[in-house]
Amino acid sequence: MTDMPDDRGAGRSAATSTASIMRPDARTKSRNAAEKRFRAYGLGAIVIGILALVFLLASILYRGLPAFTQTYISIDVALPAETLDPEGNRDPAEMAKVITFGYAGLVDDAMQSALEARGIEVEGLNDPGVLISKQAPAQIRDWVLSNPEAVGGTERFDFLATSRIDQYYKGAVTMESAARDSQISPEQLQLADILKDEGMLTRKFNWSFVTAPDASDQRPEAAGLGVAILGSAYMMLIVLGLALPIGVAASIYLEEFAPTNRWTDIIEVNISNLAAVPSIVFGILGLAIFINFGGLPQSAPIVGGLVLTLMTLPTIIISTRASLKSVPPSIRDAALGVGASKMQAVFHHVLPLAGPGILTGTIIGLAQALGETAPLLLIGMVAFVTEYPDAPPEGFFDPATALPVQVYNWTQRADPAFAERASGAIIVLLVFLAIMNITAIVLRRKFERRW
Amino acid sequence: MKDTKISARGVNVYYGANHAIKDVSVEIADKTVTSFIGPSGCGKSTFLRCLNRMNDTIDIARIEGDILIDEEDIYHPDVDPVQLRAKVGMVFQKPNPFPKSIYDNVAYGPKIHGLARNKGELDEIVEKSLKRAAIWEEVKDRLQAPGTGLSGGQQQRLCIARAVATSPEVLLMDEPCSALDPIATSQIEELIDELRGRFSVVIVTHSMQQAARVSQKTAFFHLGDLVEYGDTDDIFTNPQDPRTEKYITGRIG
Repeated sequence: MTDMPDDRGAGRSAATSTASIMRPDARTKSRNAAEKRFRAYGLGAIVIGILALVFLLASILYRGLPAFTQTYISIDVALPAETLDPEGNRDPAEMAKVITFGYAGLVDDAMQSALEARGIEVEGLNDPGVLISKQAPAQIRDWVLSNPEAVGGTERFDFLATSRIDQYYKGAVTMESAARDSQISPEQLQLADILKDEGMLTRKFNWSFVTAPDASDQRPEAAGLGVAILGSAYMMLIVLGLALPIGVAASIYLEEFAPTNRWTDIIEVNISNLAAVPSIVFGILGLAIFINFGGLPQSAPIVGGLVLTLMTLPTIIISTRASLKSVPPSIRDAALGVGASKMQAVFHHVLPLAGPGILTGTIIGLAQALGETAPLLLIGMVAFVTEYPDAPPEGFFDPATALPVQVYNWTQRADPAFAERASGAIIVLLVFLAIMNITAIVLRRKFERRW
Repeated sequence: MKDTKISARGVNVYYGANHAIKDVSVEIADKTVTSFIGPSGCGKSTFLRCLNRMNDTIDIARIEGDILIDEEDIYHPDVDPVQLRAKVGMVFQKPNPFPKSIYDNVAYGPKIHGLARNKGELDEIVEKSLKRAAIWEEVKDRLQAPGTGLSGGQQQRLCIARAVATSPEVLLMDEPCSALDPIATSQIEELIDELRGRFSVVIVTHSMQQAARVSQKTAFFHLGDLVEYGDTDDIFTNPQDPRTEKYITGRIG
């Protein structure tokens, strides 16, 4: 082109006539730079997100994993017949008259005699029985009532150590802090070290953290998630049983059958708005309708389940409608074309294709409900519950609590041992959420047949 | 002249405020291929979809006038569109097999209409329908394979098999070859010619050559009007209306 006579006027620049595609021009350069910048922003956002997630998980695991192990003291306890069974009949009904308080002395005696037997002495030590959880008397009593013939002999028990001892081995309590602490003394910690060397004090995996009910402020070492897990499970059953059929039926009607007019428009807008309503508002609604007006019991999974159902419904309806919409209209035409009724077209062809999407939406809605705290606070599920609820359906009406509420509850308590348990409870909650999400993915993979 | 199968009298169709079909009257003969031609948006597909009430699914569509099939008004309040659609089968523009097996695709219609008393009869209907749609030889060894795994032309023939499985009396085809290559198109055209022996076939097409090849009667639509209707040979060789002439010579379209 360069040797061509310039007969087209000066307007044609030399740059375009000699442009080589080997050298990018200014415009291409700036476009490429913009693209590079945009990619860098995106990558940066993802890296920040991943770092935040890693930090979150690491801190929760670091703080919460110790809750799954607990320090135990194993010790021989003499079971004197004169105090435990004054009548001498070994009849559990009579022995039950001795209340837990009557067993309290046994633990102190057992500790004293164990120290004497092994010749352990710590200068300035008083009250070595403090090392053992206040749970211990109840534990002995339960065991004795189910094994009445053992009274009069000696039995080896594994007692939970008190939370201060447990925290000492987890690093939260030190000799210095114990000196200022009214509940533990440095001498008692020294004793614990000696017991550890003797093999009487061990740290073991603590199943009761997952299975036991909540415990009072005085014995955080005994607190567990059993009631909370049951309560959450009951509520999930209720939510699944109510929200899935109602939500799917409502979406099918709205998407496939309802005429398009002002009323359906209003309903549609309201469903979208409901999905954005703060969850605590649903709690107030539940309090007003189900408890005050409907007369259902407080703190019961049935009320929690109903409130969470209301909260989950918009999520399920929106995701179900989206997956119904994504089924190509040609499938409906095809079905109607061979003479299927509207309902046959929907149930034979549209619904199976929308199924995986509906399933995923439902499980995500359930996961959201599982992690929901605020509405449950308002309907009294924040109560301190130590009794397991019965099996369903009666159990739906028994007091229970829920996993996220238990986390909230434990973070409110003064004893630092509860902070660790709160993190542990978060791990349990996350495990359940992960299981639900994995189930959603697996089911989706399994049923999603794109032929 | 063969018997009249479908008779439309003064049909008007409105989509909301849009007057899509304007006072169309037409008599469609039995055991004949009738083609509807015309430029895009002229209402030929709309009119076709009136014949088996597929427009019912569109909320804003409003239909006036009478359409009689075998002297029965298909828009009479007593008519169940489901029964009507078993009698008037339809094949769509884009092949739309169900995401199920080839067998299930064909068996679905007979199943929901209770045409087979047992598995043996159903097998027979499926085989007969696939043979009529000239696809049996290609799929007989893989009836349980997914219908969506076939090629475009095979899928469309599967859809035809599905439509004929319910033993309809009229077969509506809405541009059945527009998504197909020339070889598949000629297979479908041959098939249409065979189907004429059993059904009254109404086909909407964009291709005038196709209309000339397959149909005995042709109707030309323009902007919602039925401009001209008559024997295909007459329409193409001796059009009465200047608009028809312009269209078939390629000056409007």
